[in-house]
Amino acid sequence: MSDVSARTEPVQINPPDSEVADIEVLPEQMVFRVEGLNVYYGDFRAVRDVTIDVRQREITAFIGPSGCGKTTVLRCFNRMNDLVEIARVEGTISYHGVDLYEPAVDPVEVRRRIGMVFQKPNPFPKSIYENVSFGPKVAGMKDNMDDMVERALTRAALWDEVKDRLKSSAMGLSGGQQQRLCIARTIAVEPEVVLMDEPCSALDPIATARIEDLMQELKNDYTIIIVTHNMQQAARVSDRTAFFTAEVNPESDTRTGILVEFDRTETMFSNPADERTENYVTGRFG
Amino acid sequence: MVTIGAVAGGTARDVVRAQLTGRRRDVRGVMFKVALQLSLLTALLILVVLLVTSLVEGWPVLSGRLGEFLTSRTSTQPGDAGISQALKGSFWIGVCVVVIAFPIGIGSAIYLEEYAHKSRLTNLIDLTIRNLAGVPSIVFGILGFAVFVKTLDGFTGGKTLLAGGITVAVLVLPIVIITAAEALRAVPTGIREAGFGVGATRWEVIRSHVLPYAAPGILTGTVLALARALGEAAPLLLVGAVLGRLGSDPGWFDAGQLQEQFIAMPTIIADWAGLPQQEFKGELTAAAIVVMLVVVLLANTAAILLRNRYEKKRHGL
Repeated sequence: MSDVSARTEPVQINPPDSEVADIEVLPEQMVFRVEGLNVYYGDFRAVRDVTIDVRQREITAFIGPSGCGKTTVLRCFNRMNDLVEIARVEGTISYHGVDLYEPAVDPVEVRRRIGMVFQKPNPFPKSIYENVSFGPKVAGMKDNMDDMVERALTRAALWDEVKDRLKSSAMGLSGGQQQRLCIARTIAVEPEVVLMDEPCSALDPIATARIEDLMQELKNDYTIIIVTHNMQQAARVSDRTAFFTAEVNPESDTRTGILVEFDRTETMFSNPADERTENYVTGRFG
Repeated sequence: MVTIGAVAGGTARDVVRAQLTGRRRDVRGVMFKVALQLSLLTALLILVVLLVTSLVEGWPVLSGRLGEFLTSRTSTQPGDAGISQALKGSFWIGVCVVVIAFPIGIGSAIYLEEYAHKSRLTNLIDLTIRNLAGVPSIVFGILGFAVFVKTLDGFTGGKTLLAGGITVAVLVLPIVIITAAEALRAVPTGIREAGFGVGATRWEVIRSHVLPYAAPGILTGTVLALARALGEAAPLLLVGAVLGRLGSDPGWFDAGQLQEQFIAMPTIIADWAGLPQQEFKGELTAAAIVVMLVVVLLANTAAILLRNRYEKKRHGL
């Protein structure tokens, strides 16, 4: 497991439990390789043995019932779990072959390349302009901030709505606009990956549709991983889907998240290999 | 169980109306509300009585010779006595608190909340600070006398305004730490995560987002601590505030007075209240109390106005 960073030859990837295999994927197309990931909060194991590959310029969706660890796994990809003091990560998450949890890796640099959009829109209580410019500013991007802000807001499909009030507070925007602002803020630092943690759960259907369109747009340039409660959303937007579920540990009455199945989204929804996946996607469970 | 049916001579509408409008008597609820109102009324009444009696008693001084009262030195003659030196003493004590307790207190709070890993040690420190905030001020007076008057007398000059100011600053330090830490804890996680999420360092997140958000709360806490500091008499008396006549009366901004003997508003009130002459323990004490209350109220009002301005900015109004 420790030699992933040294791997150079093309490797064969078989999505677990799947007949459909992508043969001969070059490592360069692979952004993340997660192997044997376990996450603990103190003594409690929140996630067990997750192994997943994430491909470049694809949308990978994590679905599953509440408490199945999908958000926990997502937050490992940009070391956001570092902020939770009792959280501990075992296994490897390699990003282009570099283990993100190597001691020498700087989480600040990781988060600049792997941005995140959160469940609840969380703009800074500052102006729209300052929200977008903060990331580039701390990243030391100095040349022409105005253009950079315009570009990010345009890409996030928000520019036309806010161009006349860039100096007014972001708190005055609607929920859907705030979430698009958060996306603009994330892509303003030009990351490679955008992690989205249930980005539409606080939004109405129209705002949700806008964000979903936007994700399709962003896919041309970014690798996206999205956690969603909404199976239809995963089916609509993603290329690949990972289904997680929770196992009850009988002796301690706690729940540990496990990965049940990971495959192309069409397969997951039309012909899943695991019965639990089928029950979930057909609405018989969860 | 609600039953809606045709009653003799009535329609469903009449029945529903009768049910919806028949208000039940909520005796306990009403009693509870009255009890709460009485508590509030009692608290307000005590404050009003305090203020009114002081105002009435001090009125001869406040209306007759307020300017002179504010600018004269202490005197053994009630007719000449003023609070000029006491006001300056309190002003410089306030300066000591602002210069010493605010930066150290806010800095400690930021470290504890934002940097320190939660451990048994930080829990112990937290508990100790909370306990220190509850230690009677007279104990801090003893500490001030032992440390700032005796041990460090080369620096403070003994029983001086500086020794008193540092003692009071140490006294309110735990309060500053606790209130600042609470303001920092109230910053939503989302704001921190958003900052870290775009690749900011801890320092950048704190400086650009956490501190601006927590500023109103920190400000309110520090001003309340300042008000508390200005009202403390006991530690100053132990540190050696002068009782009776104080000779010198330098200018307001003459920092040299830090190395001199001193009086302050609360000590002059304590002093006068204990004198046998009716003029001192009556009208002069009352007048000094009114002046001190006005100063503290002004400080609190300024803090509230500033806080409201910051909070409006936070909500984007």
